[in-house]
Amino acid sequence: MTTTTSPGVTRRGRAAAAPPAIDPRPRWQPALVILLVWFVVWLFTRGHDTLVLLGRDKTSVMNALNDFRDHMLAGRDTNPLMRITGALADAFRSMVTWLQRLISIPAEPRPVPRIGWLGVTAVATWLGYALANWRIALLTLGTFVSFGLFGYWSDSMDLLIIVGVSVLICVVIGLPLGILAGTKKRANGVIEPVLDLLQTMPTFVYLLPIVLFFGIGAASAVVATMLYAVPPLIRIAAHGIRSVPATMIEVADSLGQTRWQRLRTVQLPIAKRTIIVGLNQTTMAALSMATIASFVDGPGLGKPVLAGLRINDVGTALIPGLLIVAIAIMLDRGTTAASERADVIARGGGLKPPVHRALLVGGGLAAVAALWLSTQKFWAAEFTDRGIGRRIANVADHAVDSVTSSISPFTGSIKDGITYGLLNPLQSFIAESPWWLAFLAIAALAFVLGGWKSFVPALACLAGIRFFGEWHNAMITLAMTLVATLLCMAIAVVVGVAMARSPRTDLAVRPFLDAGQTIPAFVYLVPVLALFGPSRFTGIIAALAYAAPVAIKLVADGVKGVSATTMEAARSTGASRLQQIRKVQLPMARASLVLATNQGLLFVLAMAVIAGMVGAGALGYDVVLGTTRSEEWGKGAAAGITIVLLGILLDRIARRAAEPAPKETQWLSLPRGRR
Amino acid sequence: MTTPADSSALQVRGLWKIFGPKAERLIGTPDAALSRAELQRKSGHVIGVRDVSFDVAPGEVFVVMGLSGSGKSTLVRLLTRLIEPTAGTVVLDGQELTAMDDAALRQVRRDKISMVFQHFGLLPHRKVIDNVAFGLEIRGDNKTNRRARAQNMINLVGLSGYEQNFPDQLSGGMQQRVGLARALAGDPAVLMFDEPFSALDPLIRRDMQKEVIRLHDEVGKTMVFITHDLDEALKLGDRILIMRDGEIVQIGQPDEIIGAPADDYVRDFVADVNKAHVLTLRWVMRPPSSDLEGVGAPTLNQSTIVRTAARTVLAHQGVVRVVDDAGSFVGVVDDEDILRVVVAEQDHE
Ligand SMILES: Nc1ncnc2c1ncn2[C@@H]1O[C@H](COP(=O)(O)OP(=O)(O)OP(=O)(O)O)[C@@H](O)[C@H]1O
Ligand SMILES: [Mg+2]
Repeated sequence: MTTTTSPGVTRRGRAAAAPPAIDPRPRWQPALVILLVWFVVWLFTRGHDTLVLLGRDKTSVMNALNDFRDHMLAGRDTNPLMRITGALADAFRSMVTWLQRLISIPAEPRPVPRIGWLGVTAVATWLGYALANWRIALLTLGTFVSFGLFGYWSDSMDLLIIVGVSVLICVVIGLPLGILAGTKKRANGVIEPVLDLLQTMPTFVYLLPIVLFFGIGAASAVVATMLYAVPPLIRIAAHGIRSVPATMIEVADSLGQTRWQRLRTVQLPIAKRTIIVGLNQTTMAALSMATIASFVDGPGLGKPVLAGLRINDVGTALIPGLLIVAIAIMLDRGTTAASERADVIARGGGLKPPVHRALLVGGGLAAVAALWLSTQKFWAAEFTDRGIGRRIANVADHAVDSVTSSISPFTGSIKDGITYGLLNPLQSFIAESPWWLAFLAIAALAFVLGGWKSFVPALACLAGIRFFGEWHNAMITLAMTLVATLLCMAIAVVVGVAMARSPRTDLAVRPFLDAGQTIPAFVYLVPVLALFGPSRFTGIIAALAYAAPVAIKLVADGVKGVSATTMEAARSTGASRLQQIRKVQLPMARASLVLATNQGLLFVLAMAVIAGMVGAGALGYDVVLGTTRSEEWGKGAAAGITIVLLGILLDRIARRAAEPAPKETQWLSLPRGRR
Repeated sequence: MTTPADSSALQVRGLWKIFGPKAERLIGTPDAALSRAELQRKSGHVIGVRDVSFDVAPGEVFVVMGLSGSGKSTLVRLLTRLIEPTAGTVVLDGQELTAMDDAALRQVRRDKISMVFQHFGLLPHRKVIDNVAFGLEIRGDNKTNRRARAQNMINLVGLSGYEQNFPDQLSGGMQQRVGLARALAGDPAVLMFDEPFSALDPLIRRDMQKEVIRLHDEVGKTMVFITHDLDEALKLGDRILIMRDGEIVQIGQPDEIIGAPADDYVRDFVADVNKAHVLTLRWVMRPPSSDLEGVGAPTLNQSTIVRTAARTVLAHQGVVRVVDDAGSFVGVVDDEDILRVVVAEQDHE
């Protein structure tokens, strides 16, 4: 799963440059035959050997996983690995606690934090002005005041602390690694696959092993957030270093530079802009994961959202959810504006006229005064809760109720249509098949669609899924994932092509996509839950909302990449608009479509877990349970591993199936393909 | 102009560059004698530079020219080991570059050689003055010195007043002046230019060529100048090396190249050139029928360019005497000889 979407940087970005437009192998007929056989056998065997795992049932593998966990925990003081992670956990925890005492929770013996809300708000606002501009300063002021106004001051500060600490660690670790990967081919060969692995793993799956090693709470939150957020920084920094023009490197060499001088005076300054983009992506990813870390008792705004979601109380989840969105906007706009300003200043511009300088200095003094005040006066330290948050929550509840009931015929019909028309049949087909039938059929499909290279990994993944005992749930999640990906691609193609063909549509739609990508995944659940109530369908919609922006952008950019001359040639043959799209633009944008499908799949799968807690059930539910209940850890771990295996399985089949046919076939099909 | 090898600024012997995985093993085998195309077909290796030897005298402007892909850029980069040679030696000021370790090589690049690049290679995040001072910074000069030195260089190339601009605020010609100033700042013994003006439009190119000539007169540096433009080569070069497919086709002074092209490749090259501007009397005179031919007529040195000599010759009835540097009588020219060159030119145009 990646937060980056510019095709040049994502890990499958290279696929975008793949040769376009070749007829796929005629392998759909054998696939159809397999599906037919599967269906016929299913008619007679449905419901047998489905390996349903009821309630708290566990397989021996799951129990063994639990035992392993117990063993690790028992060895906490002797096992060197556990001791290292334990020490790290302590360090992270004390760092977070110290910061919390500073701005978020009572610093005994004071009944309030060392620095109160007034001081924090004033300093943050001043920073917004000093680093970016007055607009960002206002945005910051508004955001911070609303933290207090709505009664979520502590949670908000906690979230910012977790994000801040994680991003700091990301920079300390990620930047050197990025530089290494950018300058040394061999290092890149090691780092790249690790990043691939980190980014394909659904967010949630990190949490189980992390909890084992770092315990529940702030330390795990920091580690999970860091692991999730560091790949974009490494990747983008490396990319930036690598794309420094060769001529400039040559100049540096011709002047007799050492490697270090070259890095300092040429590569880093030129890659700076790109690296800052990476930092922005990392910050946004950190925010996203830090909210999700509330599942492992990480402090922050994610907690009240989670609490609301757990009891299906949209009103409660709504305000913290909106605050998270506000933080996302503030951080995104703030870092972007700050980097733009840094650019201007580096170029000798932006020298502030006296008024601004006075504002800067005056503001600084005012901030310091506010800081001092907030350490002295109670009112400046503790934001008196005026119950505004609660009142708004109530209003929201009512509003949500009335809106939901008034549009429920509409939403209900969509929901029923997709649930009964698509999801249920598919689920009963896949999940009600005896396990051996689905196993064989999927393996056979992998073979005819992707040849040996997808058959072997598919077989391994299927065997793994069977081994860990979550077969039935895996099949349910598979059905959901397929439906969601299908819908996602349908939307992506329609919207993406529309955007590519009309700049005006692009201009209108793109800001929403950008916004959609900045908002932490978790927050999507709130409105979706409000509209559709807890169900599998809700999970699908949440996954769609999460995955669609990426897929749409990839399709739009891919279709737009079809050269103007090609399009002109197509038009000159008198092709209709639909013919142009179907015969020229889509086939030529095929690489992007493949990329979009892959990314869409991964995003959907990542969301499937989170959706587990809004009634989607299946694997996601077990993973969530595993993070919260000690005795379910083993089952959760099994479910987590199963999700990863499912992801690899789908990814392999999709990727190979979409690859162009081998050379000889290409030749044979070329004339036909070009007609 | 042949110079004794030990006093030359730059001495190149048997230099090879073959691109490809097993390049070293090819040297000395019969395969190395194959033509570029054949070798590429046979083994996938590409010959960049094949067995090149020459000397450059101190203060000389040595021009390397050839068509695109003939290996000029490769050659100039071999001279500073920006590309590692496959075989051969390069000796600069008596020091063998090809035998140096990285640190020594770096030192040479810092002090003795600098390069001017086709695409300027300026750093976009540095102001003009900091770009010029870049090399000085690299070698660790202190700030006041390098500022002062950089300012001098900026004045020298005529960019005073633009010190605080960023490269993208300058025109192409001005950017290349910055490149020139940067190369001159380190006070190198040898300057290398890789098609420095190809990216500029013709008018500015002419300005820049004049600039180089002026700078050469002022600072008197040894220069190795790569170009694919024959006019440029003739204008700047004391001597010209013509390359084809990585090999030397001919080395000589401009009038030698025009007057006695080594083969059809060179002849084609020089076909369009304005010969009157390049050829000297040596190439148009005929041997005197007797020692006394044209006694009393004006005397011209044999290295006078035809265009310059035309006025004198045409103004005089009969032949004009031609002498060599030592003053001895070597030949005569008359109106006919001069007109042949000038009129041929006009016919051509
Ligand atoms: N790194 C390389 N690997 C393989 N072949 C190369 C490499 N660099 C150059 N060549 C080949 O060496 C030959 C000479 O290239 P070079 O760049 O020196 O030519 P040039 O005379 O500078 O041409 P131009 O006028 O286009 O700059 C070309 O055929 C080129 O393809
Ligand atoms: Mg070149």
